[in-house]
Amino acid sequence: MIAVIDYGVGNLFSLCSSLQRIGTEAVVTSDPETIRKADKVILPGVGAFADAAKKLRDSGMDVLLRELAAAGKEIMGICLGMQLLFEKSYEFGVHEGLGLLKGSVISMEGTIPSDLKIPHIGWNALHFCKGSKLLRYIREGDCVYFVHSFYAVDCEESLIATAEYGRELTAAVQKDNIMGCQFHPEKSGDVGLRILRAFCETEEKA
Amino acid sequence: MITKRMIPCLDIKDGRVVKGTNFQGLSDVSSPVELAKLYSDSGADELVFYDITASAEGRQLFTDVLCQVASQIFIPLTVGGGINTVEDFDRVLKCGADKVSVNSGAIRNPQLIYDAAQKYGSQCVVLSADVKRVDGQFRIFAKGGREDTGMEAITWIKKCVELGAGEVVVNSIDTDGVKQGFDVEMLRAVCDAVNVPVIASGGAGTVAHFVDLFRAIPTIDAALAASVFHFGQIQIPDLKQELKDNDIIVRV
Repeated sequence: MIAVIDYGVGNLFSLCSSLQRIGTEAVVTSDPETIRKADKVILPGVGAFADAAKKLRDSGMDVLLRELAAAGKEIMGICLGMQLLFEKSYEFGVHEGLGLLKGSVISMEGTIPSDLKIPHIGWNALHFCKGSKLLRYIREGDCVYFVHSFYAVDCEESLIATAEYGRELTAAVQKDNIMGCQFHPEKSGDVGLRILRAFCETEEKA
Repeated sequence: MITKRMIPCLDIKDGRVVKGTNFQGLSDVSSPVELAKLYSDSGADELVFYDITASAEGRQLFTDVLCQVASQIFIPLTVGGGINTVEDFDRVLKCGADKVSVNSGAIRNPQLIYDAAQKYGSQCVVLSADVKRVDGQFRIFAKGGREDTGMEAITWIKKCVELGAGEVVVNSIDTDGVKQGFDVEMLRAVCDAVNVPVIASGGAGTVAHFVDLFRAIPTIDAALAASVFHFGQIQIPDLKQELKDNDIIVRV
């Protein structure tokens, strides 16, 4: 069972529908016991970093996620959920993230060529940086759907794929049991479903 | 690089697609779910559902249909038609829409754009503008293109973007339905004025019209069309291949 963490951020309709499509049993929950019992955890999110980080702290979810991460539970962040995995964000001030991955989140404003529109919105191709469990069912150059104005930097340690938009933007990350997608797999057609399947599948123990 | 988006638009009345036709292998051409699936499978980058129902019953059917589509189709969905309040945003977003387009509702109450952008983010708010030339000026029309508001179009669009609209669909009434190509002059004027994605609408008749559009205005982001897709005059895979052959970046 997959726990989709409900902390009052964003619309989970499409994510839940896509998990259902790939035959994964998922539950949207904020209950710590349910989350502890889950095989894996998805941290969704859209909106502002500071607001979402505060909601995680206020609900005690930050402590729980750090505990689960340390215990080896597989956790995937999507969009803002991925950004929250990093140490800090410079979105309207400096805000602390979960610190499960090394790196920080900065604005595209002033760091990509000024003729490009912000947010980065639409379908863009993935360029692989290294092999990963998360992207094992898709191919270099496959397109996924992005909507974001901020992106992760200084995250070479976990970087598995980028997308080109004036510069190479962090698109997907994985370090051991901690994974994330800047794009929306639940809105990225078959390619997105294959990424979700790669995350949700239970690996055969040798 | 980011790809140019091809967006079929489906008009929905009382839960059924209006003017769908002639699809091989489709048992029910007026089923929004079947048509949406076909478009998604053939490479549409996004879908727009336009609610042209007037009654409350029809509106309920529309949201039911939207839920069905959103639970089976995993590409971005935009909803338009009958959006007058933040509650209307809430109603369709809960059913799986990703973006909501406003037109007459924003003309009556521009604050709607600001309120919705504050609540859901700019990426969620699409301005749909019906524009027509009057006395050498681009004018905004309301009520499905029937009423001249007297407002100059570029000024209105810029104002809406400042209020929080994250994307602009520009429908040229002058070229709509004529199938002689997109309104490059009008679209270029909008692209030059705003720094959010601009989606071209009105005038597509052939694949060449799409190629001409993206060549003439490299900064335009997407093209929206209804009848050429519904009547099978243009197949999306053919369209994308032709764009690709002309060095226009698309998702194939």
